Amino acid sequence: MNDDRKKYMRMLRRMMLIRRFDETVVDLVQAAELVGMAHAYIGEEAVAVGACAALRDDDYITGNHRSHGHPIAKGGDVRKAMAEILGKATGYCKGKGGSMHLADFSIGILGESGILASGLPVGVGAAMASKMQGNDRVVVSFFGDGASNQGACHEAMNMASIWKLPIIFLCENNQYAVTTHFHDTVAVENISDRAVAYNMPGVLVDGQDVLAVYEAAAQAVQRARSGQGPTLLEARTYRYQDHSEGLVRILRESYRDEAEVERWRQRDPIKIHSSWLVEQGVASQAEVDAVQAEVTAAIEDALEFARQSPYPEPEDLLTDLFADPVTT
Amino acid sequence: MAEITYADALNQALKEEMRADESVFLMGESIRGGIYGVTGGLSQEFGDRVVDTPLSELGFMGAAVGAAAVGMRPIVQSLASFLYVAMDQLISQAAKMRFMFGGQVDLPIVYRCGMIYGNNPAAHHADRPYPMFVNVPGLKIVIPTTPADAKGLLKTAIRDNNPVMFFEDNNLSGWRGEVPDDDVAIPFGVADVKREGSDVTIVAIAGMLRRALEAAETLDEDGISAEVIDPRTIVPLDHETILKSVEKTGRLVVVDPAHKSCSVASEISAMVSQEGFWSLQAPIERVTSLDCHFPFSPALEPLVFPNEDKIIEAVHATME
Repeated sequence: MNDDRKKYMRMLRRMMLIRRFDETVVDLVQAAELVGMAHAYIGEEAVAVGACAALRDDDYITGNHRSHGHPIAKGGDVRKAMAEILGKATGYCKGKGGSMHLADFSIGILGESGILASGLPVGVGAAMASKMQGNDRVVVSFFGDGASNQGACHEAMNMASIWKLPIIFLCENNQYAVTTHFHDTVAVENISDRAVAYNMPGVLVDGQDVLAVYEAAAQAVQRARSGQGPTLLEARTYRYQDHSEGLVRILRESYRDEAEVERWRQRDPIKIHSSWLVEQGVASQAEVDAVQAEVTAAIEDALEFARQSPYPEPEDLLTDLFADPVTT
Repeated sequence: MAEITYADALNQALKEEMRADESVFLMGESIRGGIYGVTGGLSQEFGDRVVDTPLSELGFMGAAVGAAAVGMRPIVQSLASFLYVAMDQLISQAAKMRFMFGGQVDLPIVYRCGMIYGNNPAAHHADRPYPMFVNVPGLKIVIPTTPADAKGLLKTAIRDNNPVMFFEDNNLSGWRGEVPDDDVAIPFGVADVKREGSDVTIVAIAGMLRRALEAAETLDEDGISAEVIDPRTIVPLDHETILKSVEKTGRLVVVDPAHKSCSVASEISAMVSQEGFWSLQAPIERVTSLDCHFPFSPALEPLVFPNEDKIIEAVHATME
């Protein structure tokens, strides 16, 4: 129970960390302190956290443009993440990647991709390597309902299945590709139904319930680790914010009604998990509040660190392109 | 030294490097059978390290990135014209990943891209798309011509810790030449003077090297001494060897089977115009494919790409 308690509390902490991180991102965009694009993961925290809770540190993940939740869920450093999205030299990618390209190869975060479904073939390759190297590392490739319509998605799933690769395709179905509902773009009722075509299990799970995601992911991970091949896991979830911060200034037409947003807010993943912890006697409300306070301080610290950090120098521009210098 | 074909030289390089390093593996379409004439038989020695893929270029060219990111050294084989199907993975991932992630990861990948043209494959298959990859930072671009270069450059490509686009001109597959038996890796960024001369410099890319060497023989009979240079790698490009030659000859003809606009010939011409302008005694000539797709008809196809006559004509133009 003690180990379980630790696990459940860590899930809470990481969900809160992602929430507070992205709330800060929203503020930074509004204050014009954060330039470029940013896609908030608020409302979807249970998906990345539940899935990563089923992984080891040496397992791999690949992500997408909604890109802060996955690395934090995998155990990434919020200081380095915050510094990166502010373009600072102390960031994960020395300021060269920004919001959509966080990565930490030292703990298996193989990078977030701005191009939809682009991380899936990469995930398949990492899974091929696991098999060839004879280790039992597994891969979770996160993608959205929109990305599920990319050809790369089909190719990746087929390859993973024919070679029985240790990979979990985790569709974070937040139901909207920018402003288009997935029922208008996906020919089947559930994206997990597509698993039939790849001869792999397709599982639909409540993406607002971190324990449900964790349990489904743990099963898929067990299957992958033991050489039985991939799983397509669909977590039905919802993003509270628009597709990207600032989009509201461009959109001329509402694509979802407030009642719908409110309905989903009632199923908030952090609230659901907090209530469960208290009801089950895993933690007291005071302990839950203490985690929130600690997380708020951690994000404040990360922001302070990022703000105080230097920008990269002009001479840093051309480094990192090649593993060795090339003169052309 | 043995005299072997270009295709066999590539096969030797693969075999030697796969023996030397267990993390090297091959993937591509029907390569166990050896559809491209290079990899056949390798699966007998290397088993599962020769992977036949589905017809999913986007998928497996991207899988190479993921495998390389976690310690493997994939070699991917395909046709150059199929690269278009895989552009997102080649550019958004292979080329950009290292830079975008602040140098956190090396991607030792070789994309072997066969180029077929000149034997009526028609527009979808006949292509020489390397110039558009030269325009993508983060990729090394290699185009071997002789069997010895094919072997030596492929060995270097496999050992390189960056994504390398290795363009093989299939018109050269049967070309025989002396290839060292021992372990000779040819460094990138070093052009090779294939024929010395004093009146004009001909820089020739890919299969055009053979045409250029033939043209040089013909020109010799007319009393024109042509120096023929093969850059061998386009990224990195050896400026010095080309500039030194132009300094000697004062004339430059660049022969490139790619389409004219923004070709490698254009890039080399621009480089020499800028860095070697005062050596030039005549305007630079580019002999390239027309800005036109490859037609199927045998009556039309030869009109598109460079040949010996076009090279000779261009050389004469620089002598006027």
